Amino acid sequence: MATTEVEHRRGQLASLSIAAVVIIVGVPLWWRTTETYRAWLPVSQINELANLQLQLSADVEVVFARGTVTPEQQKKVPLTKTQDEEHTVDEDTALRYRYETKYRTANIMEEDALNQPSAADADLSLHTLSESLCGSLVVYVIPESSSLLPEDVDVYIGQRRTALLRNGAQMRVGRTMEQLLAHLEPRIRQVLKVMSFSHTDITAALSGRVRLSPGNKESIADSMRAFKSSPGYEITFSLLNPDPNIDSQTLYYAMLGVNPRFDSSRNAYTLNSDSLAHVINPVEARLGSNAASSNPVLNFLLYAPDAQHSPLYIQDRQKQKVPSNAFHSPRWGGIMVYNVNSFYGPEAVFPVDINIDMAKVMGVFLAQLRLLLGVQSSTTPPGFLVAPCSSTGLADWELDRLMWSRSVENVATAATTITSLAQLLDQIGNIVINDNIAEQVSSAVTSLQLAVAELEAGNLGFALQYSKEAILASERAFFDPSLLHLLYFPDDQKFAIYIPLFLPMCVPILLSLLKIISDARQRRKERQAKKD
Amino acid sequence: MKILTLFSLFATYSSGNSINIEENVGQFFSSGHTNNWAVLVCTSRFWFNYRHVANTLSVYRSVKRLGIPDSHIVLMLADDMACNHRNPKPATVFSHKNMELNVYGDDVEVDYRGYEVTVENFLRVLTGRLPPSTPRSKRLLSDDRSNILIYLTGHGGNGFLKFQDSEEISNVELADAFEQMWQKRRYNELLFIIDTCQGASMYERFYSPNLMALASSQVGEDSLSHQPDLAIGVHLMDRYTFYLLEFLEDIHPASKSNMNDLFKVCPKSQCVSTPGHRTDLFLRDPGSVLITDFFGSVRKIEITMETINLTDPIQQVELSPVNEELQIEKYSYADQLPVSEIIHQRVHTFVLNLDTEQKVIGNIQQQMSLCRFHVEPTFTNEHLFLLIPPFERVLGIQNTPSVLGCIPL
Repeated sequence: MATTEVEHRRGQLASLSIAAVVIIVGVPLWWRTTETYRAWLPVSQINELANLQLQLSADVEVVFARGTVTPEQQKKVPLTKTQDEEHTVDEDTALRYRYETKYRTANIMEEDALNQPSAADADLSLHTLSESLCGSLVVYVIPESSSLLPEDVDVYIGQRRTALLRNGAQMRVGRTMEQLLAHLEPRIRQVLKVMSFSHTDITAALSGRVRLSPGNKESIADSMRAFKSSPGYEITFSLLNPDPNIDSQTLYYAMLGVNPRFDSSRNAYTLNSDSLAHVINPVEARLGSNAASSNPVLNFLLYAPDAQHSPLYIQDRQKQKVPSNAFHSPRWGGIMVYNVNSFYGPEAVFPVDINIDMAKVMGVFLAQLRLLLGVQSSTTPPGFLVAPCSSTGLADWELDRLMWSRSVENVATAATTITSLAQLLDQIGNIVINDNIAEQVSSAVTSLQLAVAELEAGNLGFALQYSKEAILASERAFFDPSLLHLLYFPDDQKFAIYIPLFLPMCVPILLSLLKIISDARQRRKERQAKKD
Repeated sequence: MKILTLFSLFATYSSGNSINIEENVGQFFSSGHTNNWAVLVCTSRFWFNYRHVANTLSVYRSVKRLGIPDSHIVLMLADDMACNHRNPKPATVFSHKNMELNVYGDDVEVDYRGYEVTVENFLRVLTGRLPPSTPRSKRLLSDDRSNILIYLTGHGGNGFLKFQDSEEISNVELADAFEQMWQKRRYNELLFIIDTCQGASMYERFYSPNLMALASSQVGEDSLSHQPDLAIGVHLMDRYTFYLLEFLEDIHPASKSNMNDLFKVCPKSQCVSTPGHRTDLFLRDPGSVLITDFFGSVRKIEITMETINLTDPIQQVELSPVNEELQIEKYSYADQLPVSEIIHQRVHTFVLNLDTEQKVIGNIQQQMSLCRFHVEPTFTNEHLFLLIPPFERVLGIQNTPSVLGCIPL
């Protein structure tokens, strides 16, 4: 009948339109509302960064003093040479060291400076003549007959960025410039190893990125001792006084926690190195080293033993007294024992006022600080004399070395952080990536590229600055609190949630669609049959 | 002849001793870590889960005794048993029957307490993604040379651990968290101990290097509790942690016991469940790993051989004000207000010149019965701007360039 036909058609139209709405409007809407917001990240640039190719450039100036070159050789200078050294550390990391060496002769003022009585004076006056940039070096070649250096010393390394190299006399007469340069080159390379970056230092700085096979014990100890690169450090100085019979500025009632033994041969108390390891823990609880920041903390403690246990000496493994009377712990700090029993006689009435000789104490703390910050005092080759560092505590070339290794470390760490962050965000699909994270990542990538470029150009100061910015931005992006992957949904749980929602809705639609299709097919068959 | 043999024996003994010392030296640097951290988590609340809190506190106690300071321990307790009103002995948490050992002690620092112990906070602590306002004591500030001990206890199942009776952490999330820690080199070696039912399922999915895991029971087994105490009315400890605590009580900071001894703690005869362990991801041989590498904090020591000669006197850097305007006025606290003196207070009033050029404040003493506060008059304009308006109405004062008023502190 007509009405049932109309009803039938209306029913078909209804189910078709519902299906259309569900498929055309509903499914995209559900997709959009359940997807997580992920801002765009520069993934291609990050993948480029995964392959780290670093080039470190150092500028070296070699100045020939009077008496080191013959007039024929002198015609060839000034002269510039560039040398490259390639090292492949692993499949993702490659290093290239470029040395740009400029050779020239000394001018009048430098000759005057080199005529000073001692090497230290010469160093001082040479420094006032030229201000060398961060990362560069000047090597002065002085004749064999010069009296600046003692007999067995061939190289003097100054406090700034200069070195004095004594040339052998036999290389002067009858040789060409090329032969002279070829003779000097390995010696200059040796100086560079001490004063500028060396392959061992740089690969040690890359240890976070590259799994190096453990070398000898010293290199393991070296890598464990120094703090890793950090935007800041907290340094605290504390005075420990177990028995305030001695008046002091800071009072702690902190015992050492180990019992020193009385050594009658020296009439003093001794602490041997095995018991030293147990000194730090009881003390640390009272130090209050919970600083307000999250930077690594270096603690320097001065312990003044009480009257019953004075004098107290630290013994090394060979049972010898240690001249500094101090020890340090890797990545923690240092402790020095300061004996005050010499300041008062046996009939003294307590409390006694003692003034601590801070110059001596700070000398020891400074030495410990240098070790803990990674200022490597690598073993100098024979024939080298290194100037003792003055009250500044750090020679300029030592600062340069530290800057080289920290820049490389920062660049490597930032690159690893960014790549692992990108990998993490790729793997876990439902972490939201906010805009600020994308911004941090982009700025980290830009700073990294700039840092690598500055290292190539040899601008050490800028390279360190950019590498610091890169590492700060990458750490901020990686450790952003919003990047927490909380929701882990195994597939069966996902089905369990969606099925009760979608199944009751989809089943009638599907069934009615199937019915429509089967009706249409049947009608076509009838029409075919009618035709036939 | 006899003397010769005796002498040779003695010589070999003493040389063997000296070789031993050298080995000890070498062993100091063989573990590769310089500091120790511990993350101890109890995930269940309610009084009948007393034993989980006692478990965690007993591990905390051992770890502190062996030298790890509070600043390096993150202790998360989901409920407070010591001050629970059902505790017949307040401020104590016992681990042995007959109240032999109070593991709460008087020096406990709980970093995350009560409802702060959630899956989110736990994962944030592990991965380091904490909001910047988090204090240092709530952070895990480990570096690439830290050995971390992680201890979890509570109610668990096959592949999950229940937190606070309302949420759960799965073994996949835990494994991912450890992988993120490894990516950022937040640990050197990690020991993971879990005391729950079916605990071995929690370490099945680990895939990062340098992880060692111990669990109190295998998949399909339940971890059982040890003994109830009739006075307190609940079970005091779980079996595995009870025997673990007994084992750790014998360890002192210089002890040389290694991990193989730890694997033998609580065999099936004592524990009823079968404890399991996993060492395939760990690079070193477990026999060479000392217990104190994870539970204690033995520092590496080096003797300082060099000193620096500081002969020049250090210049004192004088911090002088650049010009007069930058001198900051001294602030001082007002005297506190004892109640008995309130009635007989003198009042300092002041004349304030609101001319913006001058910042001079004078004060005039005056007896005034309306306001009864004692005021110490040394603050700047900014303070007064904030405090004046409420009192203008009280005193009926118009806002004129010269204002007379009284300010309480």
